[in-house]
Amino acid sequence: METSETLFVQHFNDESRPLEYYLRKMSGYTAVKKALAMQQDDIISEMKKSNMRGRGGAGFPTGMKWGFIPKQASKPKYLVCNADESEPGTFKDRDIMRYTPHLLIEGMVIGGYAIGANHGYIYIRGEYTREAKLLDQAIEEAYDAGYLGNNIKGSGFNFELTVHRGAGAYICGEETALLNSLEGKRGEPRVKPPFPAQAGAFGGPTIVNNVETLAAVPFIINRGGDWFSKLGKLEKSGGTRLFCVSGHVKKPGVYELNAGSVTLRQLIYDHCHGILGDKKLKAVIPGGSSAPVLTADEIDVIADIEPLMKIGTMLGSAAILVVSEDYCVVKLLERITRFYAHESCGQCTPCREGCKWMEDIIERIEHGHGREEDLAMLLDISNNIAGKTLCALGDAAAGPVMSFVKKFRADFEAHIRGGKCPNA
Amino acid sequence: MGKKLLSEKFYSSMTKLESRYPSKVALLLPALHAAQDEFGWLPTEVLQEVGEFIGVHPAQVREVASFYTMYNLKPVGKYHLKVCTNVACCLRGSEELVQHCEKKLGIRCGETTQDKKFTLVEEECLGACGTAPAMMLNDDYHENLTVSKLDHLLDHLE
Repeated sequence: METSETLFVQHFNDESRPLEYYLRKMSGYTAVKKALAMQQDDIISEMKKSNMRGRGGAGFPTGMKWGFIPKQASKPKYLVCNADESEPGTFKDRDIMRYTPHLLIEGMVIGGYAIGANHGYIYIRGEYTREAKLLDQAIEEAYDAGYLGNNIKGSGFNFELTVHRGAGAYICGEETALLNSLEGKRGEPRVKPPFPAQAGAFGGPTIVNNVETLAAVPFIINRGGDWFSKLGKLEKSGGTRLFCVSGHVKKPGVYELNAGSVTLRQLIYDHCHGILGDKKLKAVIPGGSSAPVLTADEIDVIADIEPLMKIGTMLGSAAILVVSEDYCVVKLLERITRFYAHESCGQCTPCREGCKWMEDIIERIEHGHGREEDLAMLLDISNNIAGKTLCALGDAAAGPVMSFVKKFRADFEAHIRGGKCPNA
Repeated sequence: MGKKLLSEKFYSSMTKLESRYPSKVALLLPALHAAQDEFGWLPTEVLQEVGEFIGVHPAQVREVASFYTMYNLKPVGKYHLKVCTNVACCLRGSEELVQHCEKKLGIRCGETTQDKKFTLVEEECLGACGTAPAMMLNDDYHENLTVSKLDHLLDHLE
């Protein structure tokens, strides 16, 4: 098993949290001093060189995103950190926030300077109460030490940072829903355009980045975009990645590996020591519960953005859910679909109605009341949701249904014909 | 209006937070969290007072509060058990935990015990999938749960 340089995981323990540790052991706040002496455009071009691609799920190039911010704007600009981390299977940002909060803070100061924003918000999911408190404490430390607030380290740059708690809504991970929620509204996604870079938080040009994305910025500034880019083993994807592996593996957890350096099989069998009870593998969901499912013979694929896209699924938030042979895939899909039906914000009819219909149909199949025509109906409904909604939640709900039915059709048919769940 | 229901602490913390946002309406979520911390849930009169403080109609406060699952628009027990039953927890046995809680407490998910001590709900993904199954007991996470760990936890609550 190849070992490689890691940026984050060696610091994932409670001792790393204080500012004093960050300064002493992690070259803390040296990147911000360097950045504040740079031209804003040079920071953005360093980010472009780094091939950092957004770690929230969409994989959009971060440097390019920062470049979308208009130089002149009539309203204040904002940098918002998306710490909503609610894609099922994802739990890496929580570790960054509770163990290395200053990496995120420093990354945000640099990002704020680069895009010309004097205000930043960390929108954290409401359930992360403890992490929100820890972030507040770290922010206070940073203010006291002069890394936040007015005239940061004599640079003339001001940056205010505020933690804003969500209150339990998956949809608020969608960036425009998040912005509505930040503004005190229901977390309903907005019509785009305008994109946040033109009109985001409070109408001002806004960049929304994931926690892991922003926390990597100090490394990129200190060691250069080229260095970061080369950590990635594939052309378009730089850095290391925090993989979240959960489900039926012997050692679930966060694994940091060079982007593009590892296959799903290596992650599951080498890093996570294989399947619980040495059972056979049934299915892998490679990018959070909205990623189309893979069968056991599809896992010799590099776990990165393009290779997974090529086989019809996605890396998403690098959340890998592993399912062993004795768990019913119909039951699993029932649970996934119930989640999306519950979390649909209700604005778009195909998603609001369709997710519930899919849930009902899968539930009846799982409980032995399925009908012959149900599979065709599921595909028809999912097809009428995908691509027909304001935000990606529709696609997120449709993808699993389409892929489960296609790849595990025999399991669904066995339920329908046998009149019960064969695993029950 | 008459006597205020929300504490001085609520008003002073909100006033402090106000300078952090360009619009007062942005205080709505933080205000609802702070109000709920004081009452354990959000009665109509409290929603009204939050609305008056922020300067929006009570209907707007309710419209927002009802969108988010963490705001309790009904009273909850002293101990609010939120057992995650999403994918990773499901794969790791959360169903058994829920059934055990239901049996032990004599209530179904979504209900509160007669003595108002426990409210049990199923929760969507808590972001603790690597340490599944997980649950929240009020604001705290409990991870890598088993039935016996859960029993130990519940049996030691006052």
